[in-house]
Amino acid sequence: MMILSGDPPRSRVLTLVLVLVVLALVATPFLFPGAKALNVAAKICVFAALVASYDLLLGYTGSVSFAHTMFYGIGSYAIAIALYGMGPNWGAVATGIVVGLPLAALLALAIGLFSLRVAAIFFAMITLAVASAFQVLASQLSWLTGGEDGRSFQLPELLRPGTVLISKNVLGFEVNGRILTYYLVFAVSALMILALLRVVNSPFGRVLQAIRENRFRAEALGFRTVFHLTYANCIAALVAAGAGILNALWLRYAGPDTSLSFSIMLDILLMVVIGGMGTIYGAIIGATIFILAQNYLQSLMGVASKAASEAGLPLLPGLLHPDRWLLWLGLLFIASVYFFPTGVVGRLRSLGGDKSAGSSH
Amino acid sequence: MTELAATDPLPKPKRDIAPILLPIAVALVMIPLIGSPSTWLTLTAASLAMGMMIFIMASGLTLVFGLMDVLNFGHGAFIAVGAYVATLVLAPFAASLQADSLWINLAVLAPAALLSMAVSGALGLIVERVLILPVYGQHLKQILMTTGGLIVAEQTLYAVWGPQIIPTPLPTSLRGSFILGDVAIAKYRVLATLIGLAVFIAIQLVLNRTKLGLLIRAGVENREMVEALGYRIRRLFLGVFMTGSALAGLGGVMWALYREQVHASMSDDLTVLIFIVVIIGGLGSIGGCFIGAILVAMIANYGGFLVPKLALVSNILLMVAILMWRPRGLYAVTSR
Repeated sequence: MMILSGDPPRSRVLTLVLVLVVLALVATPFLFPGAKALNVAAKICVFAALVASYDLLLGYTGSVSFAHTMFYGIGSYAIAIALYGMGPNWGAVATGIVVGLPLAALLALAIGLFSLRVAAIFFAMITLAVASAFQVLASQLSWLTGGEDGRSFQLPELLRPGTVLISKNVLGFEVNGRILTYYLVFAVSALMILALLRVVNSPFGRVLQAIRENRFRAEALGFRTVFHLTYANCIAALVAAGAGILNALWLRYAGPDTSLSFSIMLDILLMVVIGGMGTIYGAIIGATIFILAQNYLQSLMGVASKAASEAGLPLLPGLLHPDRWLLWLGLLFIASVYFFPTGVVGRLRSLGGDKSAGSSH
Repeated sequence: MTELAATDPLPKPKRDIAPILLPIAVALVMIPLIGSPSTWLTLTAASLAMGMMIFIMASGLTLVFGLMDVLNFGHGAFIAVGAYVATLVLAPFAASLQADSLWINLAVLAPAALLSMAVSGALGLIVERVLILPVYGQHLKQILMTTGGLIVAEQTLYAVWGPQIIPTPLPTSLRGSFILGDVAIAKYRVLATLIGLAVFIAIQLVLNRTKLGLLIRAGVENREMVEALGYRIRRLFLGVFMTGSALAGLGGVMWALYREQVHASMSDDLTVLIFIVVIIGGLGSIGGCFIGAILVAMIANYGGFLVPKLALVSNILLMVAILMWRPRGLYAVTSR
């Protein structure tokens, strides 16, 4: 209970699913050999943390930010540029973290102070504008960021795939630097999610929910809402930058497509809404469903598209083409905002008979 | 309070002209900075044309927000749809577009633009009924719903037309420039400016001189009161929404011809631009939207000429500066 900050999943099915997901993630390197499974698992970890931090904003304060990928990108680029410029050593990793995290927090502070003061609806539009400017900036400053190509870099010795930590004849399988990196990603993501759970269940988190429900009343109670919203924005930015750092470490690369593009922002939105806003656990569920679908459902769509084009149907091959999977997710997104605003987690909780869960949003 | 006799004219609201002077001041300040007057004239003409196109696209967004407090994040989709639909007419009649006669060219362009407006307007009807109707009064859900709509629309465009860029070359008679002395002004920009001005004047006339406009302005001011007087404000809003969508479609066609290409992702870039314009202008204000569009275009053109590197963030800087000056935009219309 302590580790979950007194906020358990509150549904048997949900608990079971969460335990299964976490166990599967822990055991991935041994259960599912092969690079693809490990990549998918690492991506789920990174995105679970990223989406959870977005949930702090969207689900708990009710403010829509379109600049979340910007903070994610700042983390990615900070570590990539540091490792690229200073060579593969731990000093560079530390530099990337020390530069990236405060930079993200400061920018979030500036945006928050600037746009959360004026009408709340401005926040969404202004973050969108700032994020798109940042994206252009990152691709134009090619001497620093590598432009459209991004920056590839080498990891410190310990984390490289070639480094064998436990050789195959001891345990029956090889534990190498790649697997160590995976567990690093997993552990840090898990810590960040638990920290967010702590934040939303603190008195501070309660104030955020009060602001979400009725900003005017929260202000009347004496809370400085701008301060609270800006603070939440900074925490979310810090975790997003942290997730960006993990993502760059895992991919050994940072570029516009993997860390800054608007489509990642849409992915995050989809994951939060499908998983369930305002629950943090929804982030884990949403990220897992989305990334599994992205990696495995797409090939199914390819098969269906081929079948449709062989059957000579009009338009269907185009609609079922694997690249069009976002179309179906977009429809799912609209349907879930409309029919299940509380997402998978909210559905599971209300099925379990816990009535208080349904009113959480 | 001074007493008013019954025969006295009604007190006029104070005219706020500072925002109108702003673009003029910017243009004048730029003369010495740019140096050559002919370059300045060309750039100013370019800004006006670009500003008009942005205004046409953004006007619907600002009206919809002002009237019904709905922020449509999917507005960019109407722009892209308009542009794609126009290619349905432009591509088969490519030969007529190459003819060196203004009238033959316009005979193809006008139906293309009208068809785009009709399709965008019809799409507006569907979007309003399906996506926005269930979530009136809930900003968060509106943003999510319309963002979802944007994804679906964009992906459908990809599915139907494919991911490649479709070229939309300008008709022969609109190519080239008018040369006045040593000043060159592209013909298409003149046309775009004229259309933009016509749309602006038409909107202003409808809003200020007709009963419909009176109702719309009253709706912006106080929605419940208009409803209480027995008008169906929902129908009014639907009309405004469809008009705004149709205008976005028109803007999309004009933008496609301006850039001479159509791509499904054009909606993303333009969404950001029109958001900045709408914020600068003050949500809900047509006049502010007009000035904001010209300002953004001026900054893009002058800035692109003077300091190309700054052009990337210049829009943001402009927005920050304007919001520092007037936190609710140039003209704060709504009380929201």
